[in-house]
Amino acid sequence: MRLVNRQPQGFADSGDYAPKLAERQRSARRWQGIFLVATMVGIVFLVALLYTIINQAFGYVAQENTVDPATLVSAGVPLEELPKEQLIQILRDHVSAGVMRRFESEQPFELRSREDVYSLVVERVVAPRIVATWNLDASLLRRAAIQHNVAIEYPDARLVFRAWLMPDFLMRSQSSTPADAGVRTALLGSLWMLAVIILVAFPVGVGAAIYLEEYAGKSLVNSIIQTNISNLAGVPSIIYGMLGLAVFVRALEPLTSGALFGLVDPATANGRTILSAGLTLALLVLPLLIINAQEAIRAVPASLRQASYGLGATKWQTVWYHVLPSALPGILTGTILAMSRAVGETAPLVVVGASTFVALDPQGPFSKFTTLPIQIYQWTSRPQDQFRHIAAAAIIVLLALLLALNASAIWLRNRYSRRLD
Amino acid sequence: MPNHAIEITSGPRLLDATQGVARTSLGRRRRPAEGLIQGFLFVCGAISILTTVGIVFVLGKESLLFFASPEVDLARFFTGTTWQPAIGQFGILPLINATLMTSMMAMVVAIPLGLCVAVYLSEYASLRARGILKPILEVLAGVPTVVYGYFALSAMTPLLRSILGPNTVDIYNTASAGIVMGILILPLVSSMSEDALSAVPRSLREAAYGLGATKLETALKVVLPAALSGIAAALIVAISRAVGETMIVAIAAGAGPNLTLNPFKAAETMTGHIVRISGGDLSYDSIDYNSIFAIGLMLFLITLGLNVLSRQIVRRFREVYD
Amino acid sequence: MSAPDAVGNEIAIQAQELNVYYGSFRAIKDVSLAIKRHQITAIIGPSGCGKSTLLRALNRMNELVPTARASGQVVFLGQNIYDRDIDPVELRRRIGMVFQKPNPFPKSIFENVAWGARINGFRGDMDALVEQSLRRAALWDEVKDKLHQSGLSLSGGQQQRLCIARAIAVRPEIILMDEPASALDPIATLRIEELMQHLKENYTIVIVTHNMQQAARASDWTAVMMMDEDRAGQMIEFGETQQLFMTPRDRRTEDYITGRIG
Ligand SMILES: Nc1ncnc2c1ncn2[C@@H]1O[C@H](COP(=O)(O)OP(=O)(O)O)[C@@H](O)[C@H]1O
Ligand SMILES: [Mg+2]
Repeated sequence: MRLVNRQPQGFADSGDYAPKLAERQRSARRWQGIFLVATMVGIVFLVALLYTIINQAFGYVAQENTVDPATLVSAGVPLEELPKEQLIQILRDHVSAGVMRRFESEQPFELRSREDVYSLVVERVVAPRIVATWNLDASLLRRAAIQHNVAIEYPDARLVFRAWLMPDFLMRSQSSTPADAGVRTALLGSLWMLAVIILVAFPVGVGAAIYLEEYAGKSLVNSIIQTNISNLAGVPSIIYGMLGLAVFVRALEPLTSGALFGLVDPATANGRTILSAGLTLALLVLPLLIINAQEAIRAVPASLRQASYGLGATKWQTVWYHVLPSALPGILTGTILAMSRAVGETAPLVVVGASTFVALDPQGPFSKFTTLPIQIYQWTSRPQDQFRHIAAAAIIVLLALLLALNASAIWLRNRYSRRLD
Repeated sequence: MPNHAIEITSGPRLLDATQGVARTSLGRRRRPAEGLIQGFLFVCGAISILTTVGIVFVLGKESLLFFASPEVDLARFFTGTTWQPAIGQFGILPLINATLMTSMMAMVVAIPLGLCVAVYLSEYASLRARGILKPILEVLAGVPTVVYGYFALSAMTPLLRSILGPNTVDIYNTASAGIVMGILILPLVSSMSEDALSAVPRSLREAAYGLGATKLETALKVVLPAALSGIAAALIVAISRAVGETMIVAIAAGAGPNLTLNPFKAAETMTGHIVRISGGDLSYDSIDYNSIFAIGLMLFLITLGLNVLSRQIVRRFREVYD
Repeated sequence: MSAPDAVGNEIAIQAQELNVYYGSFRAIKDVSLAIKRHQITAIIGPSGCGKSTLLRALNRMNELVPTARASGQVVFLGQNIYDRDIDPVELRRRIGMVFQKPNPFPKSIFENVAWGARINGFRGDMDALVEQSLRRAALWDEVKDKLHQSGLSLSGGQQQRLCIARAIAVRPEIILMDEPASALDPIATLRIEELMQHLKENYTIVIVTHNMQQAARASDWTAVMMMDEDRAGQMIEFGETQQLFMTPRDRRTEDYITGRIG
């Protein structure tokens, strides 16, 4: 066959190609390096974030006493060895009568231990003030320089290593002195709010997911609901705050303040309560919760439903006895993830009106509230350095809470998925 | 018959499953509980509609009140260059400008990084590397934004100031907020883009390899273009997220509307302004109160528009490779 | 009840001019078929010809497919099951179903059998009911010591017999079986086939199969379905199994049972 030997007109022979393989391979390697580095940037940032926080949560502080303990004692007995009566006398000499009465009413002095009175004296009379703080890295690496610095600038001060995050920090309420402040009210506020969110969002979210997956046909209304849910998931959280402000705080004030139930005087009723905050965030996490629950329900095999219907079960019996139990681990995991989103939310709560200073533990859904992120925001926006340190400590508490939530989600998933097999 | 014969006759007489329940007809029976439950479930679904209606109503109503008040002029609202409610100046441009600055800065960080991460994860990474990297990105996405705000103010800003000099960079500035926001939305960009890349059929990759393309050429010139619509959708969602992001800018970008193009100066975004005003003592029905709803309405419309656009893109181009 | 000599001639359920559509696609076309009481009727035909669709039309199981729609009649107990006032839930209790792949509930063996009876308001002795159902399904001896283990812990063949026991426990009149043995090994298949022979003393059985051997061995009556040029399934032949396999009337039946069509 002659055609076989003839090159078609214009067809290139192999000399026309210049694959430049070496160069292309080099470029491929270079770019692979770039991709890898870009991916590492994420890790670097996460590490930097944690480093910044831990760095600020621990470190040296220079403390100065308001009153030198040496001036409080006469006979050369150090303060810490004085008997209880003398300590009480020192207290009486240095604090106002009103404050003494308050101490007395909290717990009568006769019943207080000597150590208790001693710590009152230290706190109220000696009253060490923090005059300078250092981060962890400086405290570890430049210890000598810091000591030198303190000796010159604060001759009366003592240098002590302070963990801003300590068990006490969880137990103490708000205070205007950073060193005495704690996250107790904020933590309780967050937990109360979570309770409201779960009670509202869980049944509604799961109900909506069941409706959309098991009941809704292909009607217009239902596709509108579905589209609407995905749109809502993209609405900025601050908008939910404005909705909450106008609806729950203002319009429904009698309900959300508790006035309707005779819990507070209608004249001074204020809708800026845990209930309002919880309802607002419930609306916020609802789309997320519904979408997660829908996925879990969709993952239930159709054969299970058919088996149930084949036995003459009604729709609800099928859903209740078979679909929901099978979907439950997925639904719970999704719910917990939605809750951890809610725990970290700040902006909508600022708009709804979180209080910036709450010293009393929240008593229930009608209490004024503050939450962990709100507290962190407050402290972060204070000019004084010391607030930066307690903000870091509060962030660690918040991250620990989130970690606990997520760990429980993973635990739940593993536990139930094992049980079903 | 094999020896595992079936013993039907043993055992007591077969019981009737409907024993004690008189059921003979096939006719429909009333199941009021079923209807009630379905009604309840429908209400649950409808609550999401109510939420949207509520948002539109609340934002719309207060905005109307705002625009109806004598101090406010609709044209000046969109063209005015100062926002100072105290002296009756309501020009939204400074707020929008700052929002654009922080969002653009965030995208400048998140787009290249996010795309590189997505390509790496979908085309290069081993299963083990993915198993490590994906959770880390998820953690990054799960950190509350207030923590990012803290990070911007106490780490990113000092870093910028030490590099560029404290005179160039203010303590509060849009650059720092924007960069950190870029890290916040990085996981969003990378995971959505990675989904788009993974959706490109294998056959297309094999076609490219079959022609003698390198891995890089396959990834950048074949897979990436094929996934373009999905990636575009991801980027638009990311922009919408950046526009609505609040705490980072509230903490690190500064207070007070300021019309400037200098990213190292303080400027207040729309979200930052809403937070600052509502964080103060806000009296209902004041013009301040109404004004934040007008800003909120703008914010809502912008983000909604972006989200709808993103979904539209996905829907329009999805069928191509199915 | 009919006299013994009438057994085999009494009609348990009858489809008349039945059409089923998925959206605009007609999956089965004008099928008329009378199922004899206490007999085993096999539906055979090439894959995709609408066997499952026809079977599921007999207890309105197709309604679970949102796009599915039926026209024509299916008469059961003197009523058209597609009448507006027929309750599909009650219908499905009377006409039970066993599926292609065993699908026990992720519950204990006992619960699998008891659940259907319980939701149908059974107030008798549940232990006895479970035992009898399992005996009838020829599973009792294998599971009587582990009734509280998960149904999913059983082998595939045991799972399928559990599903049969589950269906029996709600006391249906008809049991529809959609390729009940296709996911099973030959030994398990044999046990199901034997089981069917015993079950037919009390129940009417309709079985879909693409296995000619199974139809020929295990059924009394056979319906053959085939797609027409619009891919709509039609019934091309129906008769007593022996006769149909020995002397098919339709060319296509002959081609099919001798393996010349899919
Ligand atoms: N849920 C459904 N939606 C749309 N079409 C379907 C559905 N189920 C089956 N079909 C179609 O109906 C026809 C008959 O299917 P089927 O009854 O399952 O056949 P067989 O069981 O004989 O294999 C096929 O063409 C199939 O594609
Ligand atoms: Mg089939």
